[in-house]
Amino acid sequence: MTHTVTAPAPEAQRKKASDRAVAENKLGMKLVAPALVVMLLVTAFPMLQALWLSLSNYALTAPDDRSFVGLQNYVTALTDPLFWRTMAVTVGIMIVTVFFELIIGFVFALVMHRVIFARGIIRTSILIPYGIITVVSGFAWQFAFSGTNGFVNLWLPFVEGNFNWFGEQFPALFAICVSEIWKTTPFMSLLLLAGLAQVSEDMIEAAKVDGATWWQRLFRVILPNMRAAIMVAILFRALDAFRIFDNIFVMTAGAVGTESVSFLTYRQVIEQFQIGMGSALSVLLFLSVLVIAFLIVKLFRVDLAAARQEG
Amino acid sequence: MGGPHPRLGRRVGAAATLVLAASTLTACGSSGKPTLNWYINPDGQATLTSLAERCSTDDYDIEIQLLPTGATDQRTQLARRLAASDSSTDLMSLDPVFVPEFASAGWLLELPEDVASAVVDDDVLAGPAETVTWEDGVYAAPQWANTQVLWYRQSLADAAGISEDLEAGTATWEQVITAASENGATVGVQADRYEAYMVWINALVQGAGGEIVSNTEAGVDAEVEIDSEAGRAAAAVVQQLADSEAAQSDLSVSREGTSLGAMFAEGSPGEFMTNWTFVYKNYEPSETNTVVTEEQFGDLAWARYPRTVEGEASKPPVGGINIGVGAFTEHQDHALEAAQCVTDPEAQLALAVTDGLMPARASVYDEQELVDAYDPTLLELFRTSVEEGGPRPKSAFYNQISGAVQSQWHSPFDVDPESTPRESAEYLREVLRGEALL
Repeated sequence: MTHTVTAPAPEAQRKKASDRAVAENKLGMKLVAPALVVMLLVTAFPMLQALWLSLSNYALTAPDDRSFVGLQNYVTALTDPLFWRTMAVTVGIMIVTVFFELIIGFVFALVMHRVIFARGIIRTSILIPYGIITVVSGFAWQFAFSGTNGFVNLWLPFVEGNFNWFGEQFPALFAICVSEIWKTTPFMSLLLLAGLAQVSEDMIEAAKVDGATWWQRLFRVILPNMRAAIMVAILFRALDAFRIFDNIFVMTAGAVGTESVSFLTYRQVIEQFQIGMGSALSVLLFLSVLVIAFLIVKLFRVDLAAARQEG
Repeated sequence: MGGPHPRLGRRVGAAATLVLAASTLTACGSSGKPTLNWYINPDGQATLTSLAERCSTDDYDIEIQLLPTGATDQRTQLARRLAASDSSTDLMSLDPVFVPEFASAGWLLELPEDVASAVVDDDVLAGPAETVTWEDGVYAAPQWANTQVLWYRQSLADAAGISEDLEAGTATWEQVITAASENGATVGVQADRYEAYMVWINALVQGAGGEIVSNTEAGVDAEVEIDSEAGRAAAAVVQQLADSEAAQSDLSVSREGTSLGAMFAEGSPGEFMTNWTFVYKNYEPSETNTVVTEEQFGDLAWARYPRTVEGEASKPPVGGINIGVGAFTEHQDHALEAAQCVTDPEAQLALAVTDGLMPARASVYDEQELVDAYDPTLLELFRTSVEEGGPRPKSAFYNQISGAVQSQWHSPFDVDPESTPRESAEYLREVLRGEALL
């Protein structure tokens, strides 16, 4: 126990705050308090309530039969093959969409960064899909992929004219991913553009003088220097993609094995009125998002402060 | 706000109070004559709007509120209001299958004796009358009845040589599917993962003399019976269609509206299509409707819903709309009066003549105006189909039953008589016991 005694108490090293600083701190607390109360009301309360509801068997259609069941809902969900199938579909969608968005988004970012003519128009047109509501994008792509009156089948030489994209799991997931990628790539390219702007022109010039090729400059100079921005972009998009709902709701309504975890949760709460089970799924969804965020931050050692140039 | 202009602050405060008070007063003023909100489904909107006007009185106005197109979405929207004890939901158009669920949740006002005996008297057809009762109480008033028949082109049936069986009402699904595939035609059904797919499966199972579930009053303890000869016969029909040339390319996403175009598609012999009564008005040429020509329309024919198995009469699907009164309405008497008005014979006649939504009352079928508007054989077919049709399971847990069946039977391309009925029975039991996610 000697080492605890030898360690200096932190208070002892800290300079004693002046009266003025104490008063300012107090005022600061008071000013922040209302916002804090509102935050607790609108975020902490629903979250705690969902946690509480997830421990009961509670259907809106039979409110009087509500009963406390402990962790039963979690056990049912975690041992259900449907839950794990939706989890696999969701993770699959997340990986595929983020991968393609990253590549296409980076190309767009380069174009937006380097373009010298009609800069405003080009930048704006790249960003248009992001300005479109996801539900609208979902409908547009659903019509495009429709086997009876869509145009995708006419454009693709290797599919039959009346191929039904929404008849099987993988074609349907492909259509959903295309809509998702089309809609959110601009967001990715915006984040990457910000990172690209941080890369110092001097370094690129220096590499050029040293005789580095375009590819060498890209992989040795540009990408390493915008690593933080790339990781933040991946983190944001991965968390977004994991919660995918709109496109699935519009395009397949969860048919042919395309349900995501969000969609499964929606069905329990909104369609089945199973508030207890739905809350348990929401809590699991929330935990999954936390785990993904943790993994990305730890695995890729993302420094969020560095990305915001605070570090 | 206190700082340099304390008076200004006070004045602003006073002004805000005035504005608030004024708006509260206006709200009070407009509530002199109550407004009843009637949530309708989109069928026959124009007729329902004029009906709402006709049924508004000096004591109250009826205002139309539109619900989404799909039956499941309609249920969701109404239920979310009613679960929160919404007092502004006065009248609602309900799909018959949702009456038990809503009634057992305490969301529907049980109709008092005098109203109940008026809206469900001897004149009301047996099918619709059955759908509004739950545990000895009457919870809604039948407004119109829907049923499905087999629509086809006479020229196609003649070429296939099955006209006689069709006219006699004894044609089977097997005959129809074979006839279509041998003549380059198709068979139109509803097999997307939604309520109408459940309608088809239920009709197929009942047509083979079975039930999806029985003893539905037992709630979650109902008997699951889809794993039976009847269930396998139903699965065999779905499989036969999915595997045949007659399957439409969008079979697994087909809805009521998607196969309408195939009937008179250019260069095609047409189709056999099971669909609701609205189809006739959909094609019938008029000044505003030029979907098909008079000549094509003359080729349109209809027959009783096909049989699942030979020698057993088919059980055509029965649907329609019932008018329920919200349990939390502040204007009970007005709402009850309005519910009777919007379901009276005159209202049913108007819906039938202009929108093809068939009456729930037998006497209305004899009205001259309706007889003039339809071919007499078709009118008779509608009436017998409604009378002899089969309802979907009447359960407070209907939504779970329907969802579980849809999830196991979709996609139609994967239906197999050996496994699908058995697996769907197991899954349905688990869902009802709350042991499986849906």
